[in-house]
Amino acid sequence: MVAVTAKRAGRATSAAGAATLRQRRRRDRLTVLSFMAPVLLGLLVFLVYPLVASVYFSFTTFDLVNAPRWVGLRNWEHLLQDPNVRKAAANTLWLVVVLVPARMLGALATGLLLARFKRGAGVYRTLFYLPALAPPVAATLAFVFLFKPGTGPVNTLLADLGIQGPLWFNSPEWAKPSLVLLGLWGIGDLMIIFLAALLDVPKEQYEAASLDGANAVHQFRYVTLPNIAPVLLFAAVTGVIQTLQYFTQAAVAASVASGQATTGGGISSTFGYPEGSTFTYPLWLYVVGFRYGALGYANTLAVVLFVVAAAVTVVMLRRFRSFL
Amino acid sequence: MSPLNETKLAFVARHAIAIALSVMFLCPIVFLALTSFMSSDQSLTANLWPTAWHPGNYAEVFARTPLPRYLLNTALYATFATLFMLLASVPAAYALAKLRWRGRTTIFVAIVCMMMLPPQVTTVPLYLMWADYGLTGSLWPLVLPMLLGDAFSIFLLRQFLLTIPDEYLDAARVDGCGEWRTLLRVVLPMAKPGIAAAAMFQFFYAWNDYYGPLLYTSENESAWTLSLGLASFRTLHAVQWNIVSAATLLTMVPIVVVFFFAQKAFVQGVTLTGVKG
Repeated sequence: MVAVTAKRAGRATSAAGAATLRQRRRRDRLTVLSFMAPVLLGLLVFLVYPLVASVYFSFTTFDLVNAPRWVGLRNWEHLLQDPNVRKAAANTLWLVVVLVPARMLGALATGLLLARFKRGAGVYRTLFYLPALAPPVAATLAFVFLFKPGTGPVNTLLADLGIQGPLWFNSPEWAKPSLVLLGLWGIGDLMIIFLAALLDVPKEQYEAASLDGANAVHQFRYVTLPNIAPVLLFAAVTGVIQTLQYFTQAAVAASVASGQATTGGGISSTFGYPEGSTFTYPLWLYVVGFRYGALGYANTLAVVLFVVAAAVTVVMLRRFRSFL
Repeated sequence: MSPLNETKLAFVARHAIAIALSVMFLCPIVFLALTSFMSSDQSLTANLWPTAWHPGNYAEVFARTPLPRYLLNTALYATFATLFMLLASVPAAYALAKLRWRGRTTIFVAIVCMMMLPPQVTTVPLYLMWADYGLTGSLWPLVLPMLLGDAFSIFLLRQFLLTIPDEYLDAARVDGCGEWRTLLRVVLPMAKPGIAAAAMFQFFYAWNDYYGPLLYTSENESAWTLSLGLASFRTLHAVQWNIVSAATLLTMVPIVVVFFFAQKAFVQGVTLTGVKG
């Protein structure tokens, strides 16, 4: 009898316990929701919706006045034959292949230099970093002025040395390299990231290596590089993503170097100057959508950009699974 | 190899390289500054030094453009984008870093994806959405989304919050604090450097943004920001490099001032974006 009561009582408390546990779980879920609700809504409105919408729109034709009309694969067929897309994609690829490694090497070199200072590193770090703060439009204007053919300071100084400088932003061959120089001017943020990683490398490893007779090159190869590899990879991935969006500097450099007053087409009328050499993929997307008003086709271009960016992101997520 | 027995030569060489690099990083600004004091005619010549100083060029910039208007628009955009971003992103970063719940990893991956997404991918659908609400032609389409958080800021704040030991939070919870109280009373004071860095990044991003204002405010000049005004300024006054240089420098000044006041927090923040694997 006693045993039965005890058993019943036990059952009763465990039932009550389960109820409070459920209650508490529900309360926890509500707590999490109270922290996350705006961001969850943000993911729906600004990530999921536009992605789904742009895939749908990529099969339609419409503009700001006319509603979307289904055209099947027509935009996609057009994409394959569009010479402007090929040119723009080639320019963006060129920037990914040249600009990203150039910035990384520049930042690593300056970082290595600063890591060797015991005193004075702070002043140099600030000086090297300052240009990275310049608003991109202002920095681009400054560089177009600096590299002005004829009377610009760079070509003036080169002429003093007896060298005839190229046309820089006004030459189809030199326009993209000039943008790379502009990118190198602003390596400060990368440099600070690399410098922090370099200073984090355990001193003992260097000491052990030098006891083993490793010279400076060996130390860099076998101690420094493996330690900073994750930081380098992360910088490479984010660098590629940033370069896929490359827009402002190319737009402003073309508009300013062309020296034309903007006409009805707004700034986009000078995009790509000279001879389409600075026409990047995002510029072409902007022109298609907002100058030609071909919003369906613009979404086709957007979907392609998304697929490329997603592939790069997947590489990163795989490698950096540990921090998730 | 040790710094103790390094030679004087290495010391001199290192400083020589660093000074040369400093000159290279600074000379674009110096040339720009010199040109901003030249007469219009001289700014078209190859002279690098002004023969006569014309500080009036700076007044010219104000006379020719609605610079105060651009400045006000830019400041409003940057300030409200930053405040709104913090309101939504700090709690979310806390839930992602310090609370355990089902689906947390999935949501974090989604946030990383959003951070990595080029803005041009979602431009057309979002533009159409804001056009439906009648908000194109203003900066609202760039400010309002911040009320729903910003992916990069959430990422950055989460990385920072992960470095705060759980013991502090557990102590608060044992004392009977709910999660919101724990966040406000215990975590916020400790997370000040991280919050300062995220706020500064957002502020600078908005201040420097060109693509967003170009997309949404091109047709309405009264909503233009400094970047947009500066880019168009050059094309309207095609050849007057002295005025353009002055205008360019004027847009850089506020950023540099903010930087020097908050240099330490900023450098810490930049380091935080480098994430180790």
